Amino acid sequence: MLDKRMTVDEIVDQLSDGMTIGIGGWATRRKPMALIRAIARSGLKDLTLMAGYGGPDVGMLAATGKIRKLIFAFASLDHFPLEPHFRNARQAGAFEVLELDEGLYHWGLRAGAMKLPFLPTRVGIGTDIINQPGFDFKFVTSPYEDGEELIAMPALAPDVALIHAHRSDERGNLLTLSKDALFDELLVRAAGKSFATVEKIVSTAELDMKSNSRYNLVERAMIDGVAEAPLGAHPTSADPDYQLDLKHIKTYVDSAASPEAWAEYKAKFIDVPEADYQAAIGGADAVRQLPVPIY
Amino acid sequence: MTQNSYSLAELVIVACAEVWRDNGEVMATGIGPLPRIGAGLAKLSFAPAIQTTDGECWYTSDPVGPGKRVAEPEFEGLANYDRVFSALWSGRRHALVGPVQIDRYGQANISVIGDHKKPKAAMLGARGFPGNSISHPNSFFFPSHNKRAFVEGEVDFVCMAGYNPARYRNGQPPKGLDLRRIVTNLCVMDFGGPDHQIRVISLHPGVTFEEVQDNTGFPVARIADDIPATPSPTAEQLTLIARIDPNNVRATVFKENPPGDRKAA
Repeated sequence: MLDKRMTVDEIVDQLSDGMTIGIGGWATRRKPMALIRAIARSGLKDLTLMAGYGGPDVGMLAATGKIRKLIFAFASLDHFPLEPHFRNARQAGAFEVLELDEGLYHWGLRAGAMKLPFLPTRVGIGTDIINQPGFDFKFVTSPYEDGEELIAMPALAPDVALIHAHRSDERGNLLTLSKDALFDELLVRAAGKSFATVEKIVSTAELDMKSNSRYNLVERAMIDGVAEAPLGAHPTSADPDYQLDLKHIKTYVDSAASPEAWAEYKAKFIDVPEADYQAAIGGADAVRQLPVPIY
Repeated sequence: MTQNSYSLAELVIVACAEVWRDNGEVMATGIGPLPRIGAGLAKLSFAPAIQTTDGECWYTSDPVGPGKRVAEPEFEGLANYDRVFSALWSGRRHALVGPVQIDRYGQANISVIGDHKKPKAAMLGARGFPGNSISHPNSFFFPSHNKRAFVEGEVDFVCMAGYNPARYRNGQPPKGLDLRRIVTNLCVMDFGGPDHQIRVISLHPGVTFEEVQDNTGFPVARIADDIPATPSPTAEQLTLIARIDPNNVRATVFKENPPGDRKAA
């Protein structure tokens, strides 16, 4: 009997210092925040964080000093465009960065997913993306008549991918029910191992795969473990189960104002068991009734 | 307001809309309230074929303005991120974006002010600017035309490629690089001067060329000795703008929502 069920803490136990960890989602959408909070609580250090489409995952791990190097295209909280904890850490020179374009990051994941060393692209030409000290971008010349010079975007292949989805069975057959599956499939395919938190673990029959096939993220062989984590994306959204929590995001933004404000946030929302977290944010029912945001 | 009066925001919206004239059936992305309303105005008047989104993940039949919505719009197609990347790499998109800095080459920055390693101000990160810039036409909106935005040297971190030969191994930008217009609170410019020099093509009513030059960190060209005035919104355009932006978000963009004709002010 194939059973990949784990707890959030058991997933974090699979991680080690210095690892390269890829995070799914996009800004304020479907970030695996229960896992991020557990990493923030853990003794892990010197992580290379691959979060191309960064949100509070980047900010929270920056504020707790977990990042040695960040590979990203942006960090934003959408309605609060600038991620304040990311800003503070960047402005303090707290970690090394490799800054990419959104599409270039996608291309790197795709190369990783295809087990190729690189994929050619024009993206980055003429910009400072290819002039960063942290990585020596190389060019390739098209072997065909056009002879165009292109950038060789290296594969991005994290040791571990962490994502949040809506449903799974115990074998790791996943459904991401949001309108936009984002780039989690490529991330999972590019990673050495992949772990998912889900809103709910259900029977295979309840997945209703025949109706929901379009939402089946990836074949289960790519998923090494699943943990049930209701509201595991909060304060980001796991639409349609719940929307992003703008009020909590505001609280999180305000916590960047001073070390004291951050200590208070951390004590109340991070250094607590997940059940206490849910009580602190007003309870599951309140979160499930949050209004649909306007982008 | 009298019937002929209009705000600076409305003048800018009309100038923004103009960037999508004769673009054909492309994805029109306007970042920020005025560019977004501008794309909507273009779609509802002279550019009905352009495709605009709800800012999240759908193309909508009618343009969706900023802020609270009265009703759910009619969705006409999917615009998830994967598809947006595919669309933009195809070249069938024209984005009107709002960087923090731009230089004489049209190179633009939204990443950092100061040193990239330890910036004075960390902003968003490059986002999709590098890929946008060499894939499809781009235009710009700057709400405050000054030397902090229009910098003297190169921008602090080049996120969008521009017409700077030194940045290309063969001296030539990729074919897809196509910088169109810059709309500001003072004027409209394009890249039509010698060697793509930035050039003033219209001045907002009451603004002089000298005022534009004094607020720009590099020399700008002029389309003619006598630079035309930026066209004022027509009564029909003002009606359409009000329909796209019933929340009047446009009134919050410029401090104290000044009139469009500063001579009359």
